Amino acid sequence: MSIVPEPLTQFPWRVLGILLAIAGFGTLVLYSAAGGSITPWAINQGVRFVLFSGMALVLSRIPLELFARFAFPAYGVVLVSLFLVELIGGVAGGSQRWINLGFMQLQPSEFMKPIIVLAVARFYALLPVGEIRRWNAIWPALVLIGIPAALVLVQPDLGTAMMIVAGGVTVMFLAGLPLRLFVGSGLAFAAIVPIAFSFLHDYQQKRVLIFLDPESDPLGAGYHISQSKIAIGSGGIFGKGFLKGTQSHLDYLPEGHTDFVFATMAEEWGLLGGVMLIGAFMLLFRWGIGVSLRAQDKYARMVAAGLTTTIFFYVAINLMMVMGLAPVVGIPLPFMSYGGSSMLTVMLCIGIIMAIDRSGRRSGRRGNWA
Amino acid sequence: MKLPFSKKKTVTEASLSFTFTRRAMVVGGLQAGIGALLVSRMAWISVAENEKYNLLSESNRVNLTLIPPRRGWILDRNGRPLANNRTDFRVDLIPERMTDAEGTIRSLAQLLALSPDEVDRIKDELVKSAGFRPVQVAEKLSYDQYAAVSVRLPDLPGVAPSQGFSRNYPAGATVGHLLGFVGAASAKEYVERKDPLLITPGFKVGKDGLEKSFDRDLTGKPGAKRVEVTARGKIVQELTTRPDTPGNPIKLTIDAGLQEYAGRRLATQSGSVVVIDCHNGDVLAMASMPSFDPNSFSDGISHVEWDMLSKDDHVPLRNKTLQGLYPPGSTVKPMVALALLEAGISPMDTVSCTGALRVGNTLFHCHKRRGHGSVNMRTGIAQSCDIYFYQMAQRIGMDRIASMARRVGMGQKFALPFPSQSFGTVPDPAWKLKKYDQKWQVYDTVNATIGQGYMLINPLQMAVMASRLATGRQLMPNFIYGAHREAPAPVGVKEEHLVTIRDAMSAVVNGGGTGGAARINIPGVMMAGKTGTAQVRRITMAERGGGVRSNASLPFKLRDHALFQGFAPFDNPRYAIACIIEHGGHTNRIEDAPMIAADTMTFLFDQAKAMEKLETLEKDWGGPPAERMARQMAAWRLAKAIEKGEAPPEAANAANAANAVEGSNAAAPAPAAATDADDVPPPPGSDPAAAR
Repeated sequence: MSIVPEPLTQFPWRVLGILLAIAGFGTLVLYSAAGGSITPWAINQGVRFVLFSGMALVLSRIPLELFARFAFPAYGVVLVSLFLVELIGGVAGGSQRWINLGFMQLQPSEFMKPIIVLAVARFYALLPVGEIRRWNAIWPALVLIGIPAALVLVQPDLGTAMMIVAGGVTVMFLAGLPLRLFVGSGLAFAAIVPIAFSFLHDYQQKRVLIFLDPESDPLGAGYHISQSKIAIGSGGIFGKGFLKGTQSHLDYLPEGHTDFVFATMAEEWGLLGGVMLIGAFMLLFRWGIGVSLRAQDKYARMVAAGLTTTIFFYVAINLMMVMGLAPVVGIPLPFMSYGGSSMLTVMLCIGIIMAIDRSGRRSGRRGNWA
Repeated sequence: MKLPFSKKKTVTEASLSFTFTRRAMVVGGLQAGIGALLVSRMAWISVAENEKYNLLSESNRVNLTLIPPRRGWILDRNGRPLANNRTDFRVDLIPERMTDAEGTIRSLAQLLALSPDEVDRIKDELVKSAGFRPVQVAEKLSYDQYAAVSVRLPDLPGVAPSQGFSRNYPAGATVGHLLGFVGAASAKEYVERKDPLLITPGFKVGKDGLEKSFDRDLTGKPGAKRVEVTARGKIVQELTTRPDTPGNPIKLTIDAGLQEYAGRRLATQSGSVVVIDCHNGDVLAMASMPSFDPNSFSDGISHVEWDMLSKDDHVPLRNKTLQGLYPPGSTVKPMVALALLEAGISPMDTVSCTGALRVGNTLFHCHKRRGHGSVNMRTGIAQSCDIYFYQMAQRIGMDRIASMARRVGMGQKFALPFPSQSFGTVPDPAWKLKKYDQKWQVYDTVNATIGQGYMLINPLQMAVMASRLATGRQLMPNFIYGAHREAPAPVGVKEEHLVTIRDAMSAVVNGGGTGGAARINIPGVMMAGKTGTAQVRRITMAERGGGVRSNASLPFKLRDHALFQGFAPFDNPRYAIACIIEHGGHTNRIEDAPMIAADTMTFLFDQAKAMEKLETLEKDWGGPPAERMARQMAAWRLAKAIEKGEAPPEAANAANAANAVEGSNAAAPAPAAATDADDVPPPPGSDPAAAR
């Protein structure tokens, strides 16, 4: 036994260290994006990080059974609020994604990202083992994913809908559904894309083409991607130096503190900063996958891997977007982009994974002593 | 229900757990793979393409503003500026950056007190503009106006105030056709040259005349100002500034004083004066009046002003010196006489003039109905006897006359630095056969010898003819001071023949001939010359029967052209001159070609005396050209306003009264009007002939 007291060894130092590194770096970048000022972004972001870290630590103390039991009810509540948003949005006219609760604006689609993982995982945990290769194992999950995804898609919020589908499908994959289903639908999807493209309206096709070649319309729809690539490209290996980015400080880079914060960072810190940041995220994902592999419980391991993948989708889609590998869909970069909703969601995921980690260690220790 | 493709494979908790582990590893591996992909993509952008993006980032950050180079000066032969540059504050519009054109123009009109004319012009140009090409709002602004616009820039997108230089022509309208004018480059020019300088606000290119021909020389190298700007165009800091290199000056052979004098001396007439230095062919003055003011053209002319100029029957927009073609009339007679001498006809041979001569079945008249009696060459030239030349020309034939005409410069094309020139014609039998597929007739020769028919000349060619008759050398006109030239070839005539001609031309002016009005009052300097009248209408037999109508009674466009060519001093020619008054009709002796030529010549020998006379005369004409143009403009504007119903007609009457000085003067009867000249029935297929 170690001389260090048990609560301290149990405390998730490693993951908190990684999070602190990423969020600290993010705060620094926001400080620069504001022209060397802690207001209005850096200070808020720092305070939020502390608050949400506390929340995640509290979550990590909650027994795993509770997450399992409340998975479906929570799913139901979020689904109802998605309907409500749709109704209110319809009344107000135009696209609406949030419900105004007075003290804060609630964006239900944001919560759907982790909850879809909990719900689908719960479904497969309850499914008898022998049923996994039957049709019954597929359609309920597809319904679970399809309804919220469709609701979010009509808001319209393509990015979030994509993430909901991706999170749910990842859990289906982990649950052990036959591989050929995924390969087959992947191929079918690839075949459908060109056909679907020809059915799109002219302006929609144009948008896709601009994504493929943003320089063809540098002042219009391609502006964001062009300027983002210029910021990243002009940073070089070591960057232009802290507070010396011109793209961000002279306002050429749009959304330099939110969706395109990575470009702001890359301009000043260069490839070096980018590799460090991506490396830190990779460590976080390795921890998450590690937790899922260690977990004994079927539900727990699916949730841990699924939530890790959800965070991964945030990072991957955002980075692909800023580097011109994906269209501009409005997915923020966790802990870096300014904004409360995304940090709350990601911290929820982290808190739940930490809870799984904790219960995994406990049961493992118990097992050793038994 | 079973999946159709599922095999009988026992799925146990353990195998499922194994599947999960394997698949979780796959997911983790995919994540690592995508992470690696992102890193390599970032490395590609930031390392491999670093140079490209660095450049783009710099071009974002740094706004390079070109500073238009100052245009080279145009100097006269004594170094006096004919065109220079003046510091000014100006405001332009960049159409593609404007959001609310109407509102912006309204605010500018208020801030800069723009007239409705100007606002119309700006709107016009905005419609025609290609978007990136600046449209001038106003220049020559005061610092206060400039500052007033500058502080409101955030509310006026697309407005570009700047401090720069604008072209200035001290002599105004009198150099309009000589120098041309400058203006913003057209969209077409930009498409052709793709030079960003062309769309820099305040940059002007030569649009006509010498400004256009020497545009490349006069344009200097632009300076540049590098400023750091935000995406919204706010200037953060100035980085570096490179000053401009002004264009090269050009020194002309023109004498600024003489040029201005000639322009003013043309009075209210539509005409042209050219003065050539008999030593080397340098053009000392080339005036074409009325003209436009190149200053106002270069500022961007208003719609109304353009309208007025293009509708004026005195064609101020045409350079009459180089683009006007006129029948030379009797001014060709000295040249014909030279051809006669060369062909062996003695100057003492006489012809009896009875007032008319039958050629074939047509009766050709002399301008003097009663006839001149017995006429030799000197009298023939001095009295401008048509019959003498009709008869003598038939003896030697057209080819010899045409050869002489070409040698003295008629029909010759000169390589001059002007974008647009028209040259006259010297007809001969071969020419007519080629052009009309018709045989040359005797009456063609008869017509040509008095400068009618197919014969045409421009005022510059006429001055060249005068200089060649004066010197016997084929002088070539030249505009560039100190230009290297080949020694002129001789005309190829005997000196004694030239002496005869010069003596006869002196008799025109000083010996009781037709050009008495061209006499100059300088001791020891006698002018030699030849008058001419070019008819522009046919005189029918019916009219001739009832008496030929006087020019004063004819509408302006039907009056005869009045011409004069000459040189001084007659015995040792120094300067040659040509003057053409369009539709002058010899109705006003003071504003007729001979006296204008004489006064302009006087200026070269005694400036003070010439100026004194001009200033006295100008009082009757309503002041110098700039004053008269301003008055004409005001009257025109008022007339337009009445047309649109914006001003009461009474105001117009007042303005007309103010303008009446000019009108009454134009109608003033000629004091010593000449005998009416036209007594020749027009032969078929050719212009009517006349001589004086």
